[in-house]
Amino acid sequence: MSKIEIKNVYKIFGEHPSKVLPMVQEGATKEEILEKTGHTVGLDNVSLNIEEGETFVCMGLSGSGKSTLIRHINRLIDPTSGDILVEGTNVMDLDKKNLIEFRRHKMSMVFQRFGLFPHKTVMENVGYGLEVQGKKLEEKNKIAMEKIEAVGLNGFEHQYPNQLSGGMQQRVGLARALATNTDIMLMDEAFSALDPLIRTEMQKQLINLQTELKKTIVFITHDLDESLKLGDHIGILNHGKLVQVGTPIDIIMNPADDYVAAFVKDVNRAKVIKAKIIMLTPEDFKKNGEKQSNIIKVNENDFLDEFLPKVCLTPATIEVIDNDGNIKGYITEKVLSKALTKSNANGAYKS
Amino acid sequence: MNKYKTYLKYFIYSAIFVYVIIISYRSARPRYKPEHYTDIFKDFSWLNDWPKWLDFPLMQPINSGFDWLISKYGLFFDGINNFLLGIYTSMRNSIVDLPWPLVIAMVITITYFASGKKIQTTVLVAFCTFFLGFLSPRYWDKCIMTTCIVVIGMLLCIIIGIPVGIAMARNKKVRNALLPVLDLMQTIPSFCYLIPGILLFGLGAVPAIIAIFVYAVPPLIRLTDLGIRLVDKEVIEASEAFGASKKQTLWGVQIPLALPNIMQGINQCTMMSLAMVVIASMIGTRGIGDEVLLGLQQLNVGMATEAGIAIVLLAIIFDRITQSYGEKLQERTQPKKKINF
Ligand SMILES: Nc1ncnc2c1ncn2[C@@H]1O[C@H](COP(=O)(O)OP(=O)(O)O)[C@@H](O)[C@H]1O
Ligand SMILES: [Mg+2]
Repeated sequence: MSKIEIKNVYKIFGEHPSKVLPMVQEGATKEEILEKTGHTVGLDNVSLNIEEGETFVCMGLSGSGKSTLIRHINRLIDPTSGDILVEGTNVMDLDKKNLIEFRRHKMSMVFQRFGLFPHKTVMENVGYGLEVQGKKLEEKNKIAMEKIEAVGLNGFEHQYPNQLSGGMQQRVGLARALATNTDIMLMDEAFSALDPLIRTEMQKQLINLQTELKKTIVFITHDLDESLKLGDHIGILNHGKLVQVGTPIDIIMNPADDYVAAFVKDVNRAKVIKAKIIMLTPEDFKKNGEKQSNIIKVNENDFLDEFLPKVCLTPATIEVIDNDGNIKGYITEKVLSKALTKSNANGAYKS
Repeated sequence: MNKYKTYLKYFIYSAIFVYVIIISYRSARPRYKPEHYTDIFKDFSWLNDWPKWLDFPLMQPINSGFDWLISKYGLFFDGINNFLLGIYTSMRNSIVDLPWPLVIAMVITITYFASGKKIQTTVLVAFCTFFLGFLSPRYWDKCIMTTCIVVIGMLLCIIIGIPVGIAMARNKKVRNALLPVLDLMQTIPSFCYLIPGILLFGLGAVPAIIAIFVYAVPPLIRLTDLGIRLVDKEVIEASEAFGASKKQTLWGVQIPLALPNIMQGINQCTMMSLAMVVIASMIGTRGIGDEVLLGLQQLNVGMATEAGIAIVLLAIIFDRITQSYGEKLQERTQPKKKINF
């Protein structure tokens, strides 16, 4: 069982969504529906599974339905049809009271424009999830303080949000989401409103936190680099349809259609491909009868661009090792050049 | 299906229209209408001037309805009357009995704390209060009466207006139902409800309080509604996403963030109450308004002006106190200074 299962979800915005639903199910496009009925298709038959402990990134252009999708998971939006299962519970079956309990203990959320309470201090903001649960002030403040420290905002706990910079505000948002200690974290374009430098910093911080906490994160972005950096799996939305789901390498190497291909066209492959992904196993390497000469050792988790300069200087065979120094495989020049070549839609490379 | 429904609607509307016309024809006096209704279709002279039989009979039903209301629910209105009058008289008497310096001291204390210890506002309000009596000793007690009426009217507005505003913001149907009522309350000339007010509550302070309510509550309701709906959607979503109930979101997020707007509504409410209390003097409500009226009746420009100034001073006092209290709240919820980092 996956942590989150989304099954055939349709969402139509407008006066009479259920009347328009059959048209959408018969395959009318978003534009046709808008023209004929004045309804907007938010999601069109989206199904996906998100596993425990992974970071699932949902990507797409603005208006493709990303925010709509993520709001279905905690039922801020009700689907027109379809089911959402979280840990096997159908979210649609929850009554008012259980839905509130579910939101309190199962998932937390980070927002694009931070969604902080302007009339509450940083500490009160971070403790809000605990406040609505009815936790005692002392306990609440203790946990809030811990999380404020975890995101590096000590000393600012008595400030108000609009006294802080954007990056700091989103840290408050992050700390607020961490404070309720839920398994699932929903992040709707959490870093999109930040400057590039601060964004990189926040991404690093999230990765660090994630290695420690192992939460299930659903992360939304319109930025490919961000999704490649953070995602274990990436789902790509176009006009409310899920056009491809796969690992970052899948997406780069085998874009499912032109829309995805356009997305990955300009990506710097050396920055996103890790050594272990393209290496040949020792057996394959021997079978091909490649000569070992001038060996360079690299870690299996290194990105290509970390050892590329070395290889360029002297022709060499690259030996891929794990953290303990065991040999995991080899990368030849041929493999390397293939990995760095741009592929078209349904490109040649199969991983 | 949908088209069919619209046609049905049109049909019902036209049926009602025809029915109303028939009623007006039938209830018209015999000497106003042609001998037989078929004459209408033979002789078209009635198209020149508006025919007397084409007159919807609204006056009589309203009159008889009003009579029915008084005879049936007289006790109910008496109850309201006694209740409001009781509050008014006890409040007025207790303030009138106080020595005037004490009253000024009270006003100063209230202003000082309501404005967040702003000296400037406090001094201004203190001077205005002093000048009320200074203009004419007669005015002192009359201003107290006017103040009492305004304060009670405002409290009534706040107690009823704010919850109604909240209900409007949260429910589209309630809003759609209430908006035309608010429009009506704001556009209907005040004498149209001052006179029935006298019939229901007698002369004096109570019809004035009711008139204040009708006249001054719409802006408060509108601003409360607007304030709550203007709260950033993402902030509301954040509150809900963390599992806040509707009530927790309302009290913890929406109302605090709508407070500046609500305070603006209360401020508007005060100003309109004061305007109404002057008009109400024409139906015999005692207060500073009757000085203006007296001045006008005697063509005594000086007297009317003096009383007019007193009303302006009273308005300044009310405005400064409510406004500065709103500003204080706003500062707490939206601190201005930014830390450079
Ligand atoms: N409440 C709503 N009412 C009507 N249309 C909406 C609503 N919310 C979103 N939409 C529409 O649904 C589509 C997807 O929106 P959204 O999920 O916000 O996109 P994204 O987050 O990917 O930018 C857009 O076309 C948007 O106009
Ligand atoms: Mg969005």
